[in-house]
Amino acid sequence: MLGLTIEPGSAAAELERRRHSPAQRVQHLLHTHPALSPAIILLLTCIAFTLLNDRFAAPAALSLLIQQTAIVAALAIGQTLIILTAGIDLSVGAIAVGSSMLAAMLAAEQGVPAPLALVVGVAAGLVAGSLNGLLVTRVGLPPFIVTLGTLSVFTAVVLIYTGGQSVPGADLPDVLTWTGTTFPLGDFRLTYGVVIVALMYLVVGWALSQTAWGRHVYAVGDDSDAARLAGIRVSRVLFSVYAVAGLIYGLAAWVLIGRAGAASPNAIADANLESITAVVIGGTSLFGGRGGILGTLLGALIVQSFAVGLSLAGVDDQYRLLAVGILVIAAVSVDQWIRRVRA
Amino acid sequence: MTTTQTPVLAARGLVKTFGRVVGLDGVDVDVYAGEVLAVIGDNGAGKSTLIKCLTGALIPDAGTITCDGREVTFRRPQDARAAGIETVYQTLAVAPALDVASNLYLGREERRPGPLGSVFRMLDKQGMRRRAEEAVRDLGISTIQNITQPVESLSGGQRQAVAVARAAAFGSRIVVLDEPTAALGVKESNQVLALIERLRENGLGVLLISHNMPHVWQVADRIHVQRLGRSAGVITPQSHTMAEGVAIMTGAAAA
Ligand SMILES: Nc1ncnc2c1ncn2[C@@H]1O[C@H](COP(=O)(O)OP(=O)(O)OP(=O)(O)O)[C@@H](O)[C@H]1O
Ligand SMILES: [Mg+2]
Repeated sequence: MLGLTIEPGSAAAELERRRHSPAQRVQHLLHTHPALSPAIILLLTCIAFTLLNDRFAAPAALSLLIQQTAIVAALAIGQTLIILTAGIDLSVGAIAVGSSMLAAMLAAEQGVPAPLALVVGVAAGLVAGSLNGLLVTRVGLPPFIVTLGTLSVFTAVVLIYTGGQSVPGADLPDVLTWTGTTFPLGDFRLTYGVVIVALMYLVVGWALSQTAWGRHVYAVGDDSDAARLAGIRVSRVLFSVYAVAGLIYGLAAWVLIGRAGAASPNAIADANLESITAVVIGGTSLFGGRGGILGTLLGALIVQSFAVGLSLAGVDDQYRLLAVGILVIAAVSVDQWIRRVRA
Repeated sequence: MTTTQTPVLAARGLVKTFGRVVGLDGVDVDVYAGEVLAVIGDNGAGKSTLIKCLTGALIPDAGTITCDGREVTFRRPQDARAAGIETVYQTLAVAPALDVASNLYLGREERRPGPLGSVFRMLDKQGMRRRAEEAVRDLGISTIQNITQPVESLSGGQRQAVAVARAAAFGSRIVVLDEPTAALGVKESNQVLALIERLRENGLGVLLISHNMPHVWQVADRIHVQRLGRSAGVITPQSHTMAEGVAIMTGAAAA
């Protein structure tokens, strides 16, 4: 079957010619490079907003864009890992807020040394993520239900623990707010929080593409029964993904305190949906096994550039929601279309 | 393959139930080194359940499994792998989005030499790709041509060839094949049959499940007939004709 060569002018040659129609070539390209479509969308978005208002492309606006994207981009790393295993995490925001409140309260009210308070706060994220992981792997509940439950539980625990009170920036030690400190980079102004998020992307991206763990994450999301028969410890991989995601949320909490300059139990209320939006627009399939964090980073940047670009263009914020909503539906449609490809 | 030899893999009294459905109802089986043991039986006779119990994919409810005379417990597929038993499951167990080379090494990835591998756990992608290419070429499986192609872009038969190549390349004692030629063309089926004979010549035990009676009578040394969850007897291509084998399989005759 593969040994046959295609005769010119034959039916096969005709098919071969049609097979490589432009649409199918695009489909194939997007299939092999899932980050390509968000990259194109980001590029078009940036061009469009620059044409509307050339202040969009100015270093000041772009610096703000990057700083504002950092937190959702960080949370979306964990969300991507979980969605790659065909799961979903609705407790993202609750875990990050919990971590930030624990670190802030310990340092500001219990007099715990700042570095220790930070470590405990980040570790709390790891513990919370591990709890999700245990419920998914040991109890065998669907990730949606598990994280829907822990979303409420974590949110309630945080509100009970803090009494609903914020910790004002003046009470916070420098270690916790350090992530909000800006430094110049050429014409841009970045924060140390942005650097931390960039490092997280590098480390996780590298682990996904260069280690056996990364390959197993994809294999488990692709077909968990096949992965198990192929000798992969599916539960162990799944648990590790939820635990690592929790750790990432804990680190994102540190970036959050720096960005907000305070710690509030009501921060990032939209984190769940925003992180899922970034992942989906970034081309990672909700069915698992396909995608990656480069796309997620682009997805987070796209959403934020709509916010910055539309406000610079003087357009009402409701239109941002409208645009993002349309983009999500378009992204999932493209994913469905790409999944139909058979070389 | 005399019966005084110790079987490389043997099971006694295997029972496996799924709720009220009985998959296996007290099955004995012996596989010797350097032989092809075929398992035939109607749909639902318990063939796949039998080999899943033998390879750690299912844990039997009762019964014992011995490897070279020593009792073993396989809790998961990698336990059987560690004992030198490789399996092509009926469902193939390949990861569609990964390429052929990644699938061959799935679950046993090799790391780079030196600190890159030991400290940073970095995969030896090039090495695995090269060795996968060699393995596929040595096995004489011509239908897999491009080792970097994602498995989802392959035909059903090509995917089957990937699964067979994986088992044959890594099996050191026993290779278990659950309908390995079901989706293959004539030429590819013959390649797999030749491969099975080569594995036997190399002293491995081969457990072959097939619905294709001519194939079974062509390569098998002994034939285990499975019927309604039980063993209906063990025959050989010399002792019974195909028609007689089928009669035992369907319950029209006794072994
Ligand atoms: N996971 C399962 N859950 C419930 N019942 C099962 C399961 N696996 C197998 N069975 C049942 O066990 C019996 C034996 O199934 P098995 O797959 O071993 O048959 P088989 O001989 O391999 O058939 P085929 O030739 O169709 O592959 C069938 O009645 C089947 O319905
Ligand atoms: Mg079967």
